[in-house]
Amino acid sequence: MKINLNGKLVETHCRSLMDLVEKQGLNPTSLIAEYNFEVVKQELWSHLHIKDKDNIELLSFVGGG
Amino acid sequence: MTKDLLTLGNKTFSSRLLTGTGKFASKTLIAPMLEASGSEIITVALRRVDPTADQGNILSHIPDSVTLLPNTSGARTADEAVRIARIAREAGCGDFIKIEVITDMQYLMPDNYETLKASRILAKEGFIVLPYVMPDLTITQQLYDAGAAAVMPLGSPIGSNRGLEMKSMIERIIEISKLPVVVDAGIGRPSQAAEAMEMGADAVLVNTAIATSGDPALAGKAFAMAVMAGRMAFCANLAGKNHLAAASSPLTGFLGE
Repeated sequence: MKINLNGKLVETHCRSLMDLVEKQGLNPTSLIAEYNFEVVKQELWSHLHIKDKDNIELLSFVGGG
Repeated sequence: MTKDLLTLGNKTFSSRLLTGTGKFASKTLIAPMLEASGSEIITVALRRVDPTADQGNILSHIPDSVTLLPNTSGARTADEAVRIARIAREAGCGDFIKIEVITDMQYLMPDNYETLKASRILAKEGFIVLPYVMPDLTITQQLYDAGAAAVMPLGSPIGSNRGLEMKSMIERIIEISKLPVVVDAGIGRPSQAAEAMEMGADAVLVNTAIATSGDPALAGKAFAMAVMAGRMAFCANLAGKNHLAAASSPLTGFLGE
């Protein structure tokens, strides 16, 4: 299936949001996930099943003024 | 002098120096800067993760006692700013939001129209809205009507260290504003921060000048002292300037008449 991840169309076989985060090699502790334009709490990531055409943003806080 | 506090939304602060987390050579310099400056509010930005970049969490470098002020940098429209603000709140950053909507990539001047639209929406949603704006009297009144918690006019372009190029407009804003006035952007030296505070600004926001100095903790302290000195001078209601001299000593001759 294809999903829109951080603005790019990507092919993935990940089943849950947590799988996807881990597959990207990201540290979940400082991560914010937006699933189809809604922020999803981290405890739900393992239960959230990814579907074709989902829109997922993985974000984090960075330095800024 | 009774305790002179800055009120923004439902919170009060004793420091009138707001700082930012951008441009530090190392994130480990942020906590010592906050400690040395006494700054109680600090900005952070939100971005898509880059799997190849450093994954360190900027929030872990900010003590819990310091209020986070996420900004909406990167937003080109009111809708994008609103989306960023909602994400930041959902992510546990609290209700403070610095609205920053910029489409001019050369001078990074804020878009007052889109900023006002975002301010209206977010104030209704209970955010404590601090909008970064081009100094303008109409927008100052409109932001008050929109329910903003402050108005943050720029001194000069972001990161330019050029100080109060917009001085006369900021003076007019201070005269008419019913909201606290926080001078944001372009303040490059403690003397410029003191100048803003002497004029009657309620606070200043300084990021680049502190973060890019050789010693951010020392620079933070210097800015904090300048802000305090400027504030005290304003509260002391200094006398105006005179064209002619006005003697400080009696004008009689030493021994004579």
